[in-house]
Amino acid sequence: MQFTESVFAARFQITRQDLEGYLAEALSRGGDYADLYFEYLLTSSISIDESMVKSAAQGVSMGVGVRVIAGERTGYAYSDDLSPERIRKAARVAAHIAAGPSKVDKFGLNELSRHNLYPVLTAPTETAFAERVELVKRADRAARAYDGRVFQVQAAYADNLRQVLVATSEGVLTLDRQPLARLSVSALARVNGGTPQRGHSGGGGRVELRYFQEEKTPEVFAREAAREAIAMLDAVDAPAGEMTVVLGPGWPGILLHEAVGHGLEADFNRKGVSAFSGRIGEKVASELCTVIDDGTINNRRGSLNVDDEGHATRRNVLIENGVLRGYLQDKLSSRLLGSESTGSGRRESYAHIPMPRMTNTFMLAGETEPEDIIRSVPRGLYCKNFGGGQVDITSGNFVFSASESYLIEDGKLTRPVRNATLIGNGPESLKYVSMVGNDLRLDEGIGVCGKEGQSVPVGVGIPTIRVDRMTVGGTA
Amino acid sequence: MTATNHLVELAQDVVKRALDAGATDAECTIAEGDEFSANVRMREIENLKEAGSRGLGLRILVGKKTGSSYTSDLSEEGVAQLLKSAIELADITTDDPHAGLPEAEELGSLPGDLGLYSPDIEKLETPVKIDAATRAEDAALSADPRIFNSEGASFDNHVGRHIFANSRGFAGEYRSSYCSLSTVPVARDGESMERDYWYSMARSFAGLEDPEYIGRTAALRALRRLNAKKVETRKRPVVFEPRTARTLLDSIFDAVHGMSIYRHESFLAGKLGEKVAGDNVTIIDDGTIPGLFGTSPFDDEGVPSRRTVVIDKGVLKSYLLNSYAARKLGLKTTGNASRGLAGNAGIGHGNFFIEKGVQSPDQILAGISDGFYVTELMGFGVNIVTGDYSRGAAGLWIRNGELTFAVSEVTIAGNLKEMLMNVEAIGSDLEFRGSEAAPTLKIGEMTVGGL
Repeated sequence: MQFTESVFAARFQITRQDLEGYLAEALSRGGDYADLYFEYLLTSSISIDESMVKSAAQGVSMGVGVRVIAGERTGYAYSDDLSPERIRKAARVAAHIAAGPSKVDKFGLNELSRHNLYPVLTAPTETAFAERVELVKRADRAARAYDGRVFQVQAAYADNLRQVLVATSEGVLTLDRQPLARLSVSALARVNGGTPQRGHSGGGGRVELRYFQEEKTPEVFAREAAREAIAMLDAVDAPAGEMTVVLGPGWPGILLHEAVGHGLEADFNRKGVSAFSGRIGEKVASELCTVIDDGTINNRRGSLNVDDEGHATRRNVLIENGVLRGYLQDKLSSRLLGSESTGSGRRESYAHIPMPRMTNTFMLAGETEPEDIIRSVPRGLYCKNFGGGQVDITSGNFVFSASESYLIEDGKLTRPVRNATLIGNGPESLKYVSMVGNDLRLDEGIGVCGKEGQSVPVGVGIPTIRVDRMTVGGTA
Repeated sequence: MTATNHLVELAQDVVKRALDAGATDAECTIAEGDEFSANVRMREIENLKEAGSRGLGLRILVGKKTGSSYTSDLSEEGVAQLLKSAIELADITTDDPHAGLPEAEELGSLPGDLGLYSPDIEKLETPVKIDAATRAEDAALSADPRIFNSEGASFDNHVGRHIFANSRGFAGEYRSSYCSLSTVPVARDGESMERDYWYSMARSFAGLEDPEYIGRTAALRALRRLNAKKVETRKRPVVFEPRTARTLLDSIFDAVHGMSIYRHESFLAGKLGEKVAGDNVTIIDDGTIPGLFGTSPFDDEGVPSRRTVVIDKGVLKSYLLNSYAARKLGLKTTGNASRGLAGNAGIGHGNFFIEKGVQSPDQILAGISDGFYVTELMGFGVNIVTGDYSRGAAGLWIRNGELTFAVSEVTIAGNLKEMLMNVEAIGSDLEFRGSEAAPTLKIGEMTVGGL
């Protein structure tokens, strides 16, 4: 996309000279750096409950965030009105952080080339609602048809199309058009009025609507949600205490997101408050573990052509054969640490200050057959699916909740167990990874990561792994 | 004409135009707010942020079909697009016999000043706010040599205006304000590093706790977590301090949420009138208490806020409902509608709290020879459908009535049905630091998962 074709130029008549003027205004009281983040966001959502499409909504929001950095200080202001007066006012408010002559030389804005990771011609948001509503109707029918014990189904489809423009006092001008869509299904099953059990599934990415019509259909997710609910009907109490845990492939990669990902975000490490601070080059995992954060995988939910500070995203090696290699850097941290941005500066919207975040975080595949990993465990827990997780980056302790898991007895999966939280310590847990499967799988594309009140879409992935020691929070 | 009247009239005008365009009913929400935040770290200013924004949401019914849209573009062009979009969307939804608005006689607004807005916040100069944050962090950093670092201190304030109008004749608005001050010190002793936080939130600047008190409290909390041990897996009494006890209310709210009830996805569904908790447990939702954070003159469907006894001496008396859930269940709305700008109304709570007991926290601890005092909970391991409860925890171990060593990297697990029936003690230390509040709670027995 060229600047002149963007919504900001075409609809709001913003020119390159305007952008340079706003940046100059932002630096009028001094400062080392300034940037503008323009956002024009269209969203839609449709949901079905009790086989009725009860809600359909769409919306538009737009705004610009102006940031000024002076040393370690950041001034930030935003406006949801894209008129020149209001943008200039926001620039003046952000400028207040600085005092003294500006250290920024004169610059001219140049459009940078960038990745083209989601060449989506027609974003789902731009398609007819009549087509999109079919997705939730099909999901509802398929989940109910899966098994007579399914008695409640909810399905929700949501998409958005975000158009962004980043202009910086380093002369960078980038534009991106970021489509995103997801379909999620929840099913409840019960036997003869007994205690119900829930199953969840969903997926999506930076894809065209065709993805849900041809590749991952509503039926795929609906059957998976129904299957999980039915499986859990026979669940027994989860065990409690330390034991061997085997994680299945895909979404259980949330382990990496919590155990190491957050702790490697550069803001925490610059400040020395992470359990991983100052440990580059140290062994923090077994040599079987190589962990990557990659924002450049085609059509993935966590991928971006450019991060929210205008840098191209990258494939970043976090842990290589067990050794800590690098942090995830944004503009501010890389300036202060004298390194370069890893393309990890992200924000929820124009109203938020960017910070280092993950994109798609996963572990490279090993060589072991997944069946051999399960067979190797005399007594333990196999976790197939998870809910959310959380980490305390300072102590390094993290949790994640198993929504579908099974006892392993004498190398075989036996009974399903009730929901249980697993807890571990980031810099320690991965040292107990003793087997890594050859079955790396990325998640289906529904992850949302929250940090300091800001939510961004992310992806995770992992092959089947065996962790020799982890605490399982059951009752038995 | 003041700006205030202008937005109420805009909301009424949007409703009228929706009816003209073919809607049979309509409701319009406008939210407007100004935010400010200052962060200080290691005694230096880190971030200053300041801005204002507003948005408008419309929900319409065409017969029993519903459509919604929202926009941050309040220009004529933006509003015209909003109307067109909502009407179009109604066409793809399904006739829902229970869709609708509250009845006209259910609508209204609480009279009088509810103490939600204080003008002193808007008048505060930035240096005063920075100074408050600086003092809070400094008090934490100065509290003990083991406080060696900090994630900083923040002062935040927000002033907002909420407007709602519908086609049954309701139009109302209220202003609100709050400010908050918090700090996050980091403590170290040898290899052990821990952080904790403390905060204060108030409708007025004068209502905030003293910055020095906030800093010292945060420091003491971080220090007492140092050198934590993992304990053996066992069943023991568990005491939740007020900050963690409050999170149990989140789960109880989810379990009495009208939408979860009609879908049978709550362990409390169908239990109205039944004993679901110990005789000592009374849980109330009250959106009418002046000055508190869960107070409002009307809910997000224009129904007056009220006081609802949810659990009375262990007996489930009421669910929390908006008009839709009420119609589904054959009940009356409890004035708990809650919504953002887009979509159908959901359900929220007012001031949701557990009534206090008579014992002091020390008296509760005194009766415990071997138990776990929980000061931090992690993760999302609560299943409202089954009541299964399993979360990561940290805290202090109780020996012979005293708090002894720090404990972390453990789990606590049980089932909410049993936990509610097994509340052995309720503290007298009820305090509102947000719209949910609980005193110290002792649960007779839970599984502590560790080694």
